[in-house]
Amino acid sequence: MAYDPFKSASSARTLSAPPSASDYLKDATFRAFAYFCALSILLLVGYIVFELGSQAMPAIKTHGLGFVTGTTWDTNEEVFGVLPEIWGTLYSSLLALLIGGGLGVGIAIFLTQGFVHAKIEVTFRTIIELLAAIPSVVYGLWGIYVLIPLLRPGAEWLHEKLGWFPLFGTELSGPGLAPAALVLAIMILPTVAAISADAFRRIPYKVKEAAYGMGATKWEVILKVMLPTASSGILAGMVLGFGRALGETMALAMLIGNVNNISVSLFAPANTLASLLASTFPEAGQMEIQALMYAALVLLVITFIVNVAGLAVQQYTMRKFEGKK
Amino acid sequence: MNHLDEQVLPPQFDLPSLERNAFEWRALKNTLLTGFVWLLAVIASIPLFSVIYMLVVEGGARLDLEAITALPPAGFEMGGGFGNAIVGTLVMVGIAAAISIPLGTMAAIYLAILDPSSKLATTSRFLAKVLTGFPSILAGVFIYAVLVVTTGTYSAWAGGVALAVLMLPTVTLAAEEAMKQVPQKMKDAAFGMGCTNTQVIMKVVLPTGLPGILTGVILAVAGAAGESAPLLFTALFSNYYMAELAEPTASLSILIYNFSGMPFDNQIELAWAASLVLVMIVLIFNVLARVVGKSKFKD
Repeated sequence: MAYDPFKSASSARTLSAPPSASDYLKDATFRAFAYFCALSILLLVGYIVFELGSQAMPAIKTHGLGFVTGTTWDTNEEVFGVLPEIWGTLYSSLLALLIGGGLGVGIAIFLTQGFVHAKIEVTFRTIIELLAAIPSVVYGLWGIYVLIPLLRPGAEWLHEKLGWFPLFGTELSGPGLAPAALVLAIMILPTVAAISADAFRRIPYKVKEAAYGMGATKWEVILKVMLPTASSGILAGMVLGFGRALGETMALAMLIGNVNNISVSLFAPANTLASLLASTFPEAGQMEIQALMYAALVLLVITFIVNVAGLAVQQYTMRKFEGKK
Repeated sequence: MNHLDEQVLPPQFDLPSLERNAFEWRALKNTLLTGFVWLLAVIASIPLFSVIYMLVVEGGARLDLEAITALPPAGFEMGGGFGNAIVGTLVMVGIAAAISIPLGTMAAIYLAILDPSSKLATTSRFLAKVLTGFPSILAGVFIYAVLVVTTGTYSAWAGGVALAVLMLPTVTLAAEEAMKQVPQKMKDAAFGMGCTNTQVIMKVVLPTGLPGILTGVILAVAGAAGESAPLLFTALFSNYYMAELAEPTASLSILIYNFSGMPFDNQIELAWAASLVLVMIVLIFNVLARVVGKSKFKD
């Protein structure tokens, strides 16, 4: 009989044993289940795209591309066009990006470049993180009862003195683009700040020390060395923040006025794709629902493109500093 | 003989002062910009304090036992509360957690440990990241088409599943990140003792990565509790306590949305009180996540 090292090494008193058949079976089942779960994310995205696409199909057939360029939304005549909503979505998000993006980058600099003691830094970081935790509806409520009354005197003054300037061309009669964009800016600020701060932290310390060694002041280091080096990361933060703003719904549905209107005035009411869905979907009839599904598909395509672009820039930044990630 | 004593005077240089003149343009710009970022940081924190102040003053004034137990008032009615909305929110978040946490954690196990660089893993990871930026209202539209139309009714189920769609990518990515923090040595040691993949994951990776996974899960739950867009036309709203899961269900966020636009003071006061409760729920989860997340493997 052949020599069996396992047999001679094992005795009744040891607990060690090779995995049993049932262990192998459990392992195989477990791995198959994990594989299926990873696959489920893929299937979910596929299903979402397929479902929204097929629901929108009848509307795509009847309205065609005119849906994207049309400017009226009339349920009785069954004429549907979302150009004002597309305009409102992009315009409000761009305004939010101008305000929230600038603030976000400033705060990222403040939090990473050693302006304050580490403990104060943590306090401010927590404040920014909590800004992101407040639910969208609560911002909407705050916007209606705090922000709009606060903005109105200033808006009236601007309209009276500078009414010829297109940005101030209308009165702020309540809800409008300005309060909506401001709330949106607050909501995307944490995204931009977090991703930009991350980009600053990735810069090797040596880079900063080299600049200080040449006698640069703190802000010369920040503006001429740190900002350019972190620029791709900041861009990623901006693009992802923009993506967030495009899809934001509730606060906008409460603040933007839900009026089909293309205007550059900051104080005019407007509408966005997401808030059009939120405000008309619950009471919509058959034809209108199909049109809304088409609008949802348009929103999906826009946010998908923006998010993929943002993620691509972010991936590029990570590779730049860490070699292959 | 000591030539070191001889003073050899170096050629005279005009040495610039090493002190910076505080009013030199470079230095002045430095001070001004520092003041400017301080200002930005303060401006950015104003909204949070303003929101919290309003919630405490407006909402706190109305927050009592009646508010958190009674049913929502109609039109001109006085009093009332949002007890059914609290229950509805908790139930739907519970459904969402029950679906997305196991699914997300298992997906994360595949992404982080079983086959991190396979095609499926890279695609899933990328799509999960894309999904985190997915407009939450589209989750509502999607579930409306899939569940509400087919079952013929708005329901807590549909609301919960819509929230689960939003939670899944967050849970997956956070759990993956937490499991990646588990040192390779620990896994190697377990494999070296002859453990199967499953044993390594269940007995080493999951227990070690647990704090991080919990942090991600709790933050995802907090986010879902505050969501309203996906519930708008999946769970709809109801003025009564829920009797079963297959009927329209109230939630705090939809109640706030509905009441905020009403011309009655009573409803608006209740909207503030409901906001206070909602923000407290979200903040409690956030604090919990911070406490749990103090993992020993974080740098």
